[in-house]
Amino acid sequence: MSLKYEDVIAKYEPVLGLEVHVELGTASKMFCGCNTIFGAEPNTQTCPVCLGLPGALPVVNEKAIEYTIMIGLALNCSIAPFSRFARKNYFYPDMPKNFQTSQYDEPICINGFLDVEIDTDEGIKKFRVEIERVHMEEDTGKSLHMGGATGRIHGADYSLLDYNRAGIPLVEIVTKIVPGTGKYAPEVARAYVAELRDILRSLNVSDVKMEQGSLRCDANVSLRLIGSDVLGTRSETKNVNSLRSVERAVRGEMIRHAELLNKGERVVQETRHFQEDTGLTRSGRSKEQAEDYRYFPEPDLVPIVPDATWIETLRAALPEKPSTHRKRLQEAWSVPDKEMASMINADVLEIVEATVNLGADPAKARGWWLGEIARIANEKDVTAADLPITPKDVAEIVALVAAGELTDKLARQVIEAVIAGEGRPSEVIETRGIKVVSDDGALMAAIEKAIAAQPEVAEKVRGGNLPAAGALIGAVMKETEGQADAAKVRELLLKHLGQ
Amino acid sequence: MIIKRNAADMAAALASGETTSVALTQAHLDRIAEVDKEVHAFLHVDSEGALAQAALADKKRAAGEKLSPLAGIPLALKDVMVQKGIPTTCGSKMLEGWRPPYDSTVVSKLRAADVVILGKTNMDEFAMGSSTENSAYGPTHNPWDLSRIPGGSGGGSSASLAAFEAPLAIGTDTGGSIRQPAAVTGTVGVKPTYGGVSRYGLVAFSSSLDQAGPCARTVLDAALLHEVIAGHDPKDSTSINAPVPAIVAAAKNGNVKGLKIGVIKELQGEGYQAGVLNRFNESLELLAGLGAEIVEVSCPYFEYALAAYYLIAPSECSSNLARFDAMRYGIRVGDASGVSAEEVMNLTREVGFGREVKRRIILGTYALSSGYYDAYYGSAQKVRTLIKQDFDNAFLKADVLVSPTAPTTAFKIGEKADDPIAMYLNDIATIPVNMAGICGMSLPSGLAEEDNLPTGFQIMAPAMKDDRLYNVGAALEAALLSKWGAPILSHVSGLGARA
Amino acid sequence: MAEISRDDVANLARLARIDMAPAELDHLASELGVILNAVARVQEVAGQNVPPTSHPLPLQNVYRKDEVTPSLTPEAALSAAPASEEQRFKVPKILGEEA
Repeated sequence: MSLKYEDVIAKYEPVLGLEVHVELGTASKMFCGCNTIFGAEPNTQTCPVCLGLPGALPVVNEKAIEYTIMIGLALNCSIAPFSRFARKNYFYPDMPKNFQTSQYDEPICINGFLDVEIDTDEGIKKFRVEIERVHMEEDTGKSLHMGGATGRIHGADYSLLDYNRAGIPLVEIVTKIVPGTGKYAPEVARAYVAELRDILRSLNVSDVKMEQGSLRCDANVSLRLIGSDVLGTRSETKNVNSLRSVERAVRGEMIRHAELLNKGERVVQETRHFQEDTGLTRSGRSKEQAEDYRYFPEPDLVPIVPDATWIETLRAALPEKPSTHRKRLQEAWSVPDKEMASMINADVLEIVEATVNLGADPAKARGWWLGEIARIANEKDVTAADLPITPKDVAEIVALVAAGELTDKLARQVIEAVIAGEGRPSEVIETRGIKVVSDDGALMAAIEKAIAAQPEVAEKVRGGNLPAAGALIGAVMKETEGQADAAKVRELLLKHLGQ
Repeated sequence: MIIKRNAADMAAALASGETTSVALTQAHLDRIAEVDKEVHAFLHVDSEGALAQAALADKKRAAGEKLSPLAGIPLALKDVMVQKGIPTTCGSKMLEGWRPPYDSTVVSKLRAADVVILGKTNMDEFAMGSSTENSAYGPTHNPWDLSRIPGGSGGGSSASLAAFEAPLAIGTDTGGSIRQPAAVTGTVGVKPTYGGVSRYGLVAFSSSLDQAGPCARTVLDAALLHEVIAGHDPKDSTSINAPVPAIVAAAKNGNVKGLKIGVIKELQGEGYQAGVLNRFNESLELLAGLGAEIVEVSCPYFEYALAAYYLIAPSECSSNLARFDAMRYGIRVGDASGVSAEEVMNLTREVGFGREVKRRIILGTYALSSGYYDAYYGSAQKVRTLIKQDFDNAFLKADVLVSPTAPTTAFKIGEKADDPIAMYLNDIATIPVNMAGICGMSLPSGLAEEDNLPTGFQIMAPAMKDDRLYNVGAALEAALLSKWGAPILSHVSGLGARA
Repeated sequence: MAEISRDDVANLARLARIDMAPAELDHLASELGVILNAVARVQEVAGQNVPPTSHPLPLQNVYRKDEVTPSLTPEAALSAAPASEEQRFKVPKILGEEA
């Protein structure tokens, strides 16, 4: 039914814009001392300030300012010598004051950039995403929509509100429009969010869990005819809760826009909601009349005038950039570009590194995470990191294989069992009774049986044709149900045949 | 009758054992029971809580604990100040039945000083008004003449003092709501420097202008109360982090010899009642007789203060009052099957707010809306700068500035109810102080010859020089008392024989 | 002269979430016109070279340490709620966008 992506990009040039909201990992909220623990019982982390009770007043969390400045510096932004909070006025039941304390025309960080690398047809290519601003604001409460059939807002009979999340510090990172990505717009969007997430993680300012909403991405997409400099109407897609969804949402919106434009229809400027199950977006309820947020400087708070030495201290303490870190790993591990790209794409670099740090050989660690574990993750439609297997488990397995106590085949069984929840590798080996057959007597019996079955092959080996031994080794492995160490089998077999 | 004494004298009577706090509190509760049907100063009387606080103060005194100077003295609290568990309505139907789950900082400080809180006093709804006629619970009557207004918005607090229902009261002053009621009831009221008294728990009307302060019958009593409630509060970002000036010492040693007193040319003349100006000029003569140098100063931009105020205050209030939406507290109107939250908000705010509040919310919404911000709110903020500059220049020529507090004596209830602009003119002399964030005091300057009603004398001092108000106020008060021979409140006539 | 129409007031009332009867809209439109004409004179002196003052005192950098302080109990938090259910504030169905 739908247009092919190739047809879209043959005719149109996509223009991207990304807004990322990040919940900061402070202990307390943005403007009050309430706890910020995710998943707490409803309304147990609220106070007069974050409930917006009459008379309550906000006081800024210094750590939130510090984190925001760190983010700005890591994104190559200028830190404003003077910035302020402003009130964004609109009514919504999840917002206790009916205004959001945010920043408007005086954000704390401006004019930065972030470079991302994409694996293109012409090899690895760098794209620069320019950052317009990084500003602070507060999160809203959470609504449960009750009654009706769907649990969704439309058709609900009433709603239940929990304000635990209200007032959690949020940072909004807004890009300038990103032109020139061509057909790689979906990949650039994804790479940008991934890179941003890695930076935030390296700064230790947020737990950046997209599925828990501590990192949320809104993707703005518009199309213009190739060769034209007239920007198209953009749509803003919300509810994009994974890296994969970022890519899917951008691609999906490009196709949807192109279909409309090809039919001579208009793209409506609106908010759309990404549907994880279908990969499509659904229109939000379009407002009959435009909102007017009536921003004005927040009179309950005073300006932020960060001390230059504070900024320089934070700058000096910035951790190594994820991109630099990756280059260093790539060299240390001697990994080719393509393999590096596939690790990044599969989002396993960090766990591979953790596995290596636990003593595993880099190539082996990479092999397991990108191979067997990635395969299982794919089957389950989750990321490798989400599976219940840890770098420690994998390092242990790699060590057991190296010591000859597991074969690759047995190791795969162990991995499956660990993921299935049967316990740690040592426990799995114990309970399943997995054991490499290393008893020379037992092996010799299997070897002799194999030679007896294939005497002509044995003759070839005796005659010096060593590669022919493979068939015999295979037979032995089959006989021992994979519990033998292939290297050991080879050694015994060749010796037995006078080689 | 002990209730006719000053707070300082009552404190001496408690200290000497002449009476107890329980007896003193009971005497005031009896007085409230006797006269408040006519005065209607109180919206809620907390007899039980007051007597319990009094008993506690007596117990501490008996145990020899070191007590604050006002320990055991009763006080009336303006209903805009949050007190845990005690109905707080702000004079609005919107908050009918609301019992806050927390104490304002002012209440915490009063408790810590063992001041006995008798109850909550009537006010113009959300402190918007100059007559207390805008209370949803009916007007307060001026004890000097029950057919007249007691000023506003803090008419309940000032009337309670003039009717001897309480020796001390807390008011709040956004454009004159402490000083103008003091002027028309023959009492003393002080608006401290902005940031001098915490706003935490003061239900916000206009955040950049609101300030709580003491109401009393003498300058010394006001100073004693001011000292209890003043000081830095980490819960209020706009609170001044500096020592409180020595106000009680200043009130005990009033001396104006060699002091320069600036008369503001623009705050007299046309629009001011003759009797008000006569009393003002007599007070100036007394001050000159005490050795002060009287100089004239000009503040040319004051003529724009009223206009700027009626843009800034409504703008901030339109945002501050957005939280009253029927979702989390307060009344809820129109909730029925199929009715949306949005409709319930609309209906509740229509019913819950009075006319003046709605008028200001709409005006403020307009002044902040896109396309009008610069012309209205933005311009008003610039006028604010000019008014500050006027004060800065005037304070180069004088240590304090003076004017009549209000242009007229108390007018009749209903007289100006349909003419908002005439009503707004009541605040013409008090508003500049709020706009600049400086401090001001009103004290009685005698009765106007036309109507035998009290007039007020306003003293203004630079930010954080609140002690100057008390120094000058105490000197003038002493000179007036010796001239009159008896305190002005000995002439209160509205309550007949009970006065 | 600021002219405020009934539609203008209706739009402001919508932004401010206040239901208003037609008669009230008319009344307020005429009243607002008068008030706006009175307050519009701030523009006479608000030149480009005058900086705005949004705050009476020149305070800056007021922060609190990132320390957790006690919250209200859920009972206290919900004590004034017009309706509640499952330890949450119960509100009528919400129109508008999904958050």
